[in-house]
Amino acid sequence: MKEEIIIAGFGGQGVLSMGKILAYAGLMQDLEVTWMPSYGPEQRGGTANVTVILSDEAISSPVLNKYDTAVILNQQSLDKFEPKVKPGGTLIYDPYSIHHAPTRTDINVVAVPAMEATLEMESSKAYNMVLLGALLKTRGLVEVEAVMKGLKKTLPERHHHLLPMNRNAILKGMELV
Amino acid sequence: MEEEIRLMKGNEAVAHAAIRYGVDGYFGYPITPQSEILETLEELMPWDTTGMVVLQAESEVAAINMVYGGASTGKAVMTSSSSPGISLKMEGISYVAAGELPALIINCMRGGPGLGTIQPSQADYFQATKGGGHGDYRLIVLAPATVQEMADFVGLGFDLAFKYRNPVMMLADGVVGQMMEKVVLPPYRPRRTAEQIAEQCPWAVTGKPATRKPNVLTTLELDPVLMEKHNDDLQEKYRIISENEVRYQEYYTDDCEYLIMAFGSVARICLKAIEELRKEGVKVGLLRPITLWPFPSDAVERLASKVKGIIVAELNAGQMIEDVMLASKNVTPVYHFGRTGGIVPDPQEVIDSFYNYFTPEP
Amino acid sequence: MTRDYIKKPENIVAAKPRLLNDNTMHYCPGCSHGVVHKIIAQVIEEMGVEDKTIGIAPVGCAVMAYNYIDVDWIEAAHGRAPAIATAVNRLNPDRLVFTYQGDGDFAAIGTAESIHAANRGENIAIIFINNAIYGMTGGQMAPTTLEGMKTATTPYGRRVDLNGYPIKISDILAMLDGTCYVTRQAVHTPAAVKKAKKAIRQAFENALAHRGTSVVEIVATCSSGWKMTPAKANEWMAQHMTEKYPLGDLKNTVE
Repeated sequence: MKEEIIIAGFGGQGVLSMGKILAYAGLMQDLEVTWMPSYGPEQRGGTANVTVILSDEAISSPVLNKYDTAVILNQQSLDKFEPKVKPGGTLIYDPYSIHHAPTRTDINVVAVPAMEATLEMESSKAYNMVLLGALLKTRGLVEVEAVMKGLKKTLPERHHHLLPMNRNAILKGMELV
Repeated sequence: MEEEIRLMKGNEAVAHAAIRYGVDGYFGYPITPQSEILETLEELMPWDTTGMVVLQAESEVAAINMVYGGASTGKAVMTSSSSPGISLKMEGISYVAAGELPALIINCMRGGPGLGTIQPSQADYFQATKGGGHGDYRLIVLAPATVQEMADFVGLGFDLAFKYRNPVMMLADGVVGQMMEKVVLPPYRPRRTAEQIAEQCPWAVTGKPATRKPNVLTTLELDPVLMEKHNDDLQEKYRIISENEVRYQEYYTDDCEYLIMAFGSVARICLKAIEELRKEGVKVGLLRPITLWPFPSDAVERLASKVKGIIVAELNAGQMIEDVMLASKNVTPVYHFGRTGGIVPDPQEVIDSFYNYFTPEP
Repeated sequence: MTRDYIKKPENIVAAKPRLLNDNTMHYCPGCSHGVVHKIIAQVIEEMGVEDKTIGIAPVGCAVMAYNYIDVDWIEAAHGRAPAIATAVNRLNPDRLVFTYQGDGDFAAIGTAESIHAANRGENIAIIFINNAIYGMTGGQMAPTTLEGMKTATTPYGRRVDLNGYPIKISDILAMLDGTCYVTRQAVHTPAAVKKAKKAIRQAFENALAHRGTSVVEIVATCSSGWKMTPAKANEWMAQHMTEKYPLGDLKNTVE
């Protein structure tokens, strides 16, 4: 098993932390993982993206030009990464901020109204978790329990009361697919 | 405590590994993309557990001189920075090398010259491997390609530094510093006691007991005859290091008709490119130097004699290629592929470069 | 009175401190460095701390101070002695760590290290020799060179419009919360030497007791650089240097 994933959107949308939680979940399942962010001023307001690779073998390049799966949160990122999904791959996107929907027919395109769902749930901080749920439902990759274990490890203890909210968001995302 | 599996950035792994190795002191100054090393150490507060000293210095210049001072007392001390900050440290690094002091210096390279960019680069290869500061000296230069190696090379670096009484530089780049991977952290080991230091480092400046003559750590010698002798001794040491400490990795070289050479994160990008090329039936191998100095010249020479050509891929305008050309002795063409300014190429660019230089027979 | 009579231990009234070795000093006749070296050696000996003492030598005329006082030494890069002393003491907190620095080393190229070590309140003693000139490199202008003073690089005298003002670095350091003791002394008379010695002892005791940073500035002479006889240099120093750099304590939080 080897999955090469790009998650891309605006800084502040939780792109990097979504990737981190996914990577952590991979670690919980004894997978090899690589999390490679775009870093620097981009983190603060500009576009942000992170490459996450999950594999049961050693990972070579942390930098990729083709992806098995793309999780896209804004138009800029869609324009940039839609052509880079491998034929037969998966593109998950939130139509909320998308003006020109994906056009490729040789890939599996999944629209997930995550922002709408997040607004309904009145927990904007769980936005990325909804998308993560959608990714898990679509691609498998890791168990929800592994994600929760990873979350528990990455979140400081004082934020552990947020764990149930995150779980609900993931489940919501799974429902949306 | 035992070894532990964690997910973390290369820079964070350095901090954890340093504490676990039993490092006595870290002195640094913030600069992107390596500030997590100092930040992580401050967060972990090792002074309360292992007794390790951590200090944010007023400048890179002060930090390297703190390393010079701490190392003079036989302690295991380190500093880290990124390219512009390493330039500032160069005077001090020359002193540390001249004083034959064990120390670890980490350069998490970013694009230059000048203030440059905060994105990854490998443009300090010359600076690290050819001296950088003034005078005839060498650093042992380790180039990590994974987060695991960022952690492992802290221990390896100090082991080599103390074995040869020579500064070691870990020449990392923004990619390995900033990315997160699975890492097995080494078990904790205690810092050395004063007695152990006295035994291991009889030269250390620790305060003169009545039983010995003063220990003086100086790099000044106004008598040219003695100064030449000091240089001869250094060169002899460098020869011994060259004979014993070359480290490298080979992939797919058994049957290769072409060779790619790259170090650090770029080696991994090239490995992916090579896997793709092999799917197309093109027999390409990878030689990845782990020590940039001493350079694996023998391995280059051996492989050069059997391939149709070599591509040297680096995040600079062509630096390691000079060592490859020297080592390959003109038996095969050597080409350069590089990106500069902080741009990291993807595997496809390496493949394109390959076909630009070579036309393999079907 | 025979030579042998004089050398009998019971007849000795004044002796070189044991830690000051027999190496021939490279200092010029009349130079203040020799005197300061002697009192440092005396103080270390009297305190009984030679096995704990680590000196940091500068770049400047005192670059080879380690050749004369038999304790452990580190020779620093130009201006960086306070950074080195910082690490030495942080890593070896029970050691007596002192720097010995000239005006160019301490107040020009090393200003950042001087100020920040003092501001952190490092438990070190700084012996700062201010002779208003670069002795080792041949008498060029120092940051402390007086206005109008002729040097190799101010051949017509220091002009403040060109070269700025002589810096009173000890006054700056006295303002920092990290310093516990800042004093300005001289060694041009036996009485001054006595006071300077007391000040150095105070600074060393402060360092060992972890009271913060102590600075002992010694207003000194450089007869060669000033192109004067030693006697004339002492006279000139007392007349002109102490006007800009008045002797006495600038700060003492210990008393």
